[in-house]
Amino acid sequence: MNPVIEARDLRFQYDDGTVALRGVDFRLYPGETVAVFGANGSGKTTFVLHLNGLLEGQGSVEVCGLPVAKQNLAKIRQKVGIVFQDSDDQLFMPTVLEDVTFGPLNLGLTPEAAFERAHRALHQVGIDEAAAKAPYHLSAGQKKRVAIAGILAMEPEILVLDEPTTFLDPPGQHALAELLRGLPQAKLLVTHDVEFAAALADRAVFFEKGRIAGEGTVAQVIERFGWSRAVIPSTG
Amino acid sequence: MHIPDGFLSTPVWAALDVAAAPAAAAMTRLAQRGFDEKRVPLLGVMGAFVFAAQMINFPVGAGTSGHLVGGALLAMSLGPAAASVVMTAILAIQALVFQDGGILALGANVFNMAIGGVLAGYLPYHLWGAGRGRRVAVFLGGFLSVLVAAVLALAELQLSGIAMPAALLGVSLGLFVVSAVLEGAITLAVFQAMETLHPDFVRQPAGNRSRTLGGLGLAAVLLAVVGVWFASASPDGLERLAENLGIAGRAKAFLPTPLAGYQAGFIQAAWLRKAAAGLTGLALIYAACALFGRWLAPSRQRSA
Amino acid sequence: MHHVVLEQWSRGQSFLHARDARAKIPAVLGFLILVATAPAHFEPLALICFLLLIAGLAAARLPVMAALRRAGVVLPFCAAFAAISFLAGEPRRALSLLEKSYLSALAVLLLVGTTPMPQLLRGLDSLGAPRFLLMVAQFLYRYLFVISEQAQHMRMAGRCRGGLAGRRARFRAAAGALAVLFSRSYERAEKIHRSMLSRGFDGRIPVLAAAGFQALDAAFLAAWLSVCLLLRSAA
Ligand SMILES: Nc1ncnc2c1ncn2[C@@H]1O[C@H](COP(=O)(O)OP(=O)(O)OP(=O)(O)O)[C@@H](O)[C@H]1O
Ligand SMILES: [Mg+2]
Repeated sequence: MNPVIEARDLRFQYDDGTVALRGVDFRLYPGETVAVFGANGSGKTTFVLHLNGLLEGQGSVEVCGLPVAKQNLAKIRQKVGIVFQDSDDQLFMPTVLEDVTFGPLNLGLTPEAAFERAHRALHQVGIDEAAAKAPYHLSAGQKKRVAIAGILAMEPEILVLDEPTTFLDPPGQHALAELLRGLPQAKLLVTHDVEFAAALADRAVFFEKGRIAGEGTVAQVIERFGWSRAVIPSTG
Repeated sequence: MHIPDGFLSTPVWAALDVAAAPAAAAMTRLAQRGFDEKRVPLLGVMGAFVFAAQMINFPVGAGTSGHLVGGALLAMSLGPAAASVVMTAILAIQALVFQDGGILALGANVFNMAIGGVLAGYLPYHLWGAGRGRRVAVFLGGFLSVLVAAVLALAELQLSGIAMPAALLGVSLGLFVVSAVLEGAITLAVFQAMETLHPDFVRQPAGNRSRTLGGLGLAAVLLAVVGVWFASASPDGLERLAENLGIAGRAKAFLPTPLAGYQAGFIQAAWLRKAAAGLTGLALIYAACALFGRWLAPSRQRSA
Repeated sequence: MHHVVLEQWSRGQSFLHARDARAKIPAVLGFLILVATAPAHFEPLALICFLLLIAGLAAARLPVMAALRRAGVVLPFCAAFAAISFLAGEPRRALSLLEKSYLSALAVLLLVGTTPMPQLLRGLDSLGAPRFLLMVAQFLYRYLFVISEQAQHMRMAGRCRGGLAGRRARFRAAAGALAVLFSRSYERAEKIHRSMLSRGFDGRIPVLAAAGFQALDAAFLAAWLSVCLLLRSAA
């Protein structure tokens, strides 16, 4: 099976000289869910920003066989849906419905088709009733759902979520896990939440100083890198 | 100073609306051109920043405190055109949502703060921001941005016939100077802190010193000087001034006779005349906006 | 916060809420011009205008007393100038300043209290205001809350730490806080831009077409402007 994302020897340095990635090799296969662990500042977010060409480093990234390069960006951004850590960054339109239709309209859909997709996506994340609301009136969990709906409405083949559980209370985390479990896309979960990852991920990778220092099952990675506060109960 | 509705006389607010609309449109166009056009969010968030900055108090002494107004600081970081757009958006939101400043008076407020204040606030930085006098230039920018805006507003109020005794005028000018000094000090302090945090946050004025920009800034300052002169001459508003200068008489003489007769007939009722003036003003504003909208159309396609 | 309350008001349901922004904006402009061009002594007219606005508030099912209080924010500023005019021997002008600015503020409040901001901006867009400016205003309004919250946190943090420091040190600290707030706002804008690009943004923000301008909207506008003209001619 061909990977949907393939990164080879990816390196990146920020303008101020910070070297954030020092040769990342990574593959994501169709339908699988991979958790990404790593300390603060180890380069996880930087890596994610390369997956749809928001940052461009050395080395190569391919999405569904297409190299991430200027001429492919429009296609790639349709295939890779990134849900950012802070939903406020993502919900910039005045109402929920307008926000969720933002992506589909940019894809060139007619307003009718965009509305239909938006309603379907809002239904999928379970908050149809919020369509007319302004984003700032939503709770953190609702905002996260709308942010995900905004991505789902673009019908991406790959879902990337950067720290999706921050700001969510335990029931919110549980609901999010249920929601993600039901989605068929290949998923990349960047998270510090070990239980959340254990509940969803087939496999995990561990970032250390801009490299992938190890991979395996979630339990293996956690054990090898001592990556938990206490004992690791699985939420089954 | 945000002028509410009901303060300015009709000719004053209408004229300023007519003047501010194309000026704001031109600034918008410049901001779109000079700036990475995909940065609508940056200007919007910076507007929110200026709003929120008012919650941070700067101790002045004697138990009082002041806060940043921001026009000059924005001009020195985003550039004068972008700063002008941000300030215009702020004034519009303040008028609509916070009842701070009027709607008919929006043109006046935009003219004073978003155009005059911003241009005057950028002028010193434009001239000396690259050299050794940088700190002085930054301070002076903050100072001028507030003083020019306040004096313009004062002059407009006087033009509208809100008489102010000479003693009070002196006091209010004094207050303006104090708050202008405060804005200068705050602008300088924040500017330096910003530059330490990240040198890219402030513009380097050296490379692109355009004559037009300097000229416009100078014009704003001069206008304010005229405003002070005018306010201290303390005439009782536009009508008295026109009378004194004999403009009214001459204007009547120039009016062609048919219109004079017409005036006697149809436009007899004073209210109708005023309403007509108001409507004409609105129509002019609308036409100006529409024209500039057309003019903006190509860039609007790309960036809006 | 103020705009949150207004936001709630504007999402209500009533005849006025249902009217198109493109009808309400000129209606309010007409009213403002009526008030602005009224002669200095227009107490009966002012009273009628006031009652008209109260009727509007009631029709919109907005809390009348709260709205009256809110419009009062213009009064302190006006009172200062009214006092000046009064001392200068123009009591009439003093009174009319207060009346005119208060009525105008109340009218704008009625407009904003019955029209959600997106609709208002869209209305201004179709009436020809520069779209770039409106987009900036839209983002400003959207992130007002987010950035204010950050400022609030900083203020509290500042209070916790800087209670005893001298004035100069506190001045510096406030400047530092603003610089940090600037930098956070900058980062915020960068992240928003990224998330826009991720969803296929190509420099054009799609604007959904406003719903149709109905006959009822036209009738409302015509009736309202007629009332304004009528009142004006009676003054
Ligand atoms: N815009 C930027 N400019 C300069 N350096 C940056 C920038 N963004 C991130 N960095 C630096 O790059 C490195 C990697 O950051 P990144 O955000 O990718 O880490 P992360 O693994 O996502 O961390 P976290 O768990 O805290 O989210 C860090 O050292 C960080 O300070
Ligand atoms: Mg991160």
